[in-house]
Amino acid sequence: MLSIKNLSASINGKTIIQGLNLEVKEGEVHAIMGPNGSGKSTLASVIAGRETFEVDEGSVTYMGKDLLELPAETRAREGIFLGFQYPVEIPGVSIANFMRTAINEKRKYLGLEPLTGAEFLRLMEEKKKMVDIQSKLTSRSVNEGFSGGEKKKNEIFQMALLEPRLAILDETDSGLDIDALKVVAKGVNKLRRPDNATVVITHYQRLLDYITPDFVHVLYDGRIIKSGDKNLALELEEKGYDWVKKEAPAGA
Amino acid sequence: MKNDSDKILQEVTGSDYKYGFYTDIEMDQAPPGLTEDTIRFISAKKNEPEFMLEFRLKAFRHWQTLKEPEWAHVEYPPINYQDLIYYSAPRKKPKYDSLDEVDPELLETFEKLGIPLDEQKSLAGVAVDAVMDSVSVGSTFKKTLEEHGVIFCSFSEALQKHPELIKKHMGSVVPYTDNFFAALNSAVFSDGSFAYIPKGVRCPLELSTYFRINAANTGQFERTLIVAEEGSYVSYMEGCTAPIRDEHQLHAAIVEIISHKDAEVKYSTVQNWWPGDKEGKGGVYNFVTKRGICAGENSKISWTQVETGSAVTWKYPSLILKGDNSTGEFYSVAVTNNKQQADTGTKMIHLGKNTRSTIISKGISAGRSNNSYRGLVKTTKNAENARNFSQCDSLLLGDQCGAHTFPYLDVGNRSSIVEHEATTSKISEDQLFYCLQRGIDMEGAIGLIVNGYAKEVLSKLPMEFAVEAQKLLSISLEGSVG
Repeated sequence: MLSIKNLSASINGKTIIQGLNLEVKEGEVHAIMGPNGSGKSTLASVIAGRETFEVDEGSVTYMGKDLLELPAETRAREGIFLGFQYPVEIPGVSIANFMRTAINEKRKYLGLEPLTGAEFLRLMEEKKKMVDIQSKLTSRSVNEGFSGGEKKKNEIFQMALLEPRLAILDETDSGLDIDALKVVAKGVNKLRRPDNATVVITHYQRLLDYITPDFVHVLYDGRIIKSGDKNLALELEEKGYDWVKKEAPAGA
Repeated sequence: MKNDSDKILQEVTGSDYKYGFYTDIEMDQAPPGLTEDTIRFISAKKNEPEFMLEFRLKAFRHWQTLKEPEWAHVEYPPINYQDLIYYSAPRKKPKYDSLDEVDPELLETFEKLGIPLDEQKSLAGVAVDAVMDSVSVGSTFKKTLEEHGVIFCSFSEALQKHPELIKKHMGSVVPYTDNFFAALNSAVFSDGSFAYIPKGVRCPLELSTYFRINAANTGQFERTLIVAEEGSYVSYMEGCTAPIRDEHQLHAAIVEIISHKDAEVKYSTVQNWWPGDKEGKGGVYNFVTKRGICAGENSKISWTQVETGSAVTWKYPSLILKGDNSTGEFYSVAVTNNKQQADTGTKMIHLGKNTRSTIISKGISAGRSNNSYRGLVKTTKNAENARNFSQCDSLLLGDQCGAHTFPYLDVGNRSSIVEHEATTSKISEDQLFYCLQRGIDMEGAIGLIVNGYAKEVLSKLPMEFAVEAQKLLSISLEGSVG
């Protein structure tokens, strides 16, 4: 589904990612872990198509397409979803209005009729139940005045509505108390299907208590220096990042 | 990265004016120039009563003693008032019984503008009195209104049928001595609308009038007069678009509103005069005097305006809160793009006790435009316990536009409370990327964000108008608001 080969990316001339390789297949859940500044969020932004980052080298193929050729909104319509680490506020725009616009843009791209107001409302109710969020949240402005937990739950709700093929969750667990964390994890697990894939970017192991990854990768200094199964995350928790850093030259 | 987003903003905001077309209808017009003869010509053409001609002449003589004001934060080449044409009317004079008799070309124009002057409108419960150039050409729902004793007609018609009402109220809120443009309008006004709501009547329909400039070199001088008698209510809507012109067109209107004891007037307008091309060439000069008076106790007037047009706008819908416990409101969204200039705001003059006013102003600047808010809040010595709250927000799109705020406060007694809040923000790259990542393209993203920003004001508009206004905001930002 997603194939990243020898990727290097920079911002304002500063290289953040260098020579990164990653293969994600349908049905898989990957966890990318790493210390602060290792390039986790940059990787998410580059996949999503944020223009502030420059791709200097390498290729990213998604569903057989050259992803780097596509503008951000097309990537989204092709089924790539980014759960933001810091979801931004859009005052005056209700979540319902925002998501209806988003869904209908995607449908237009796919050659489908737009959803009517009634159809959209029905869909919204269904997804609200699925990810367990409060009913009134959707009439509020996008992220405006939301608590940290509400913002992250809202990201999962949007993901449920958009039904992405590839979801990248950028530190969705940061700033969450344990209850919110469970809600988020439950949502992700419910949305898991044989034909989609999830990349969970996280700093801590604790999210992985609730979302079981098939693969765990350690990102350090812009490249993946170690990959393994879920036990790697536990090992990391125990030994700390210094342990892999020491092994870094070998891994790279 | 900043440059990137600015570039995108510029691209997205560069679309052309969608309502730029010109209707060819034979014109019956005065020769260019302005003398006492011109005024006599206009008055005679319209078969006006003697007092009207006298009023015009007095205004004209006063106007000749005045100089064009220069204090606004706008620049434009000098206007030669002797080059303008002061009267033009569609030749096939109206007085139609049904729309079938209306010039098909004119109907087509309204069609293009998306103004359905037809049964759909009636189903929507809106009586439309359409003004094209200077003479009213269509009117519906007269009957329903008549049953309630509501008068809603063109200014010319009112002069014929209700001269005593015009004589009594015209110029009582905006005297011809008020300012340069008010004097000019008072001398040469061509037509406009008159609404009169009798005592205790709640007007059963939203009153709506569409204005439109449509003749090269024709100054447009509309007059609106709304009188709400004791205990009455009316919601009045006005909207306008203008076709593409190479030369600047002058629009100097006057709107007067009188709200008596316990009466309420809601005045809403969506204003979309031709703003000129990307270089600022062409476009309408909109120099308008709008003022209302809350004359009686517990009376209320609210202004809601969405401004997207004009090359130069100079406009301050104001309220005099004379009656005790009266309420004034001003809600405004003003968009400027490309090289547009707007100097707009309001004046709230508190005279009565316990008077309250609210000002919500949302400026949006894009391209190389300049958008200024200018507001005065004044409470006099007698205006005990007067209260005002003002909020002036500016949203900048790109880095070549300007937003300015000029609040003037003049508090004349110790018991009044005047609050002013102001913010300036930009559409952030984060917000745009958030939308893009959800599959919404740049244009859609800007439309969403801007409409969200203006929501507080848009929500004050009558439903039907709000939908139009949302579209208009997106359209004007497509090619100009980045």
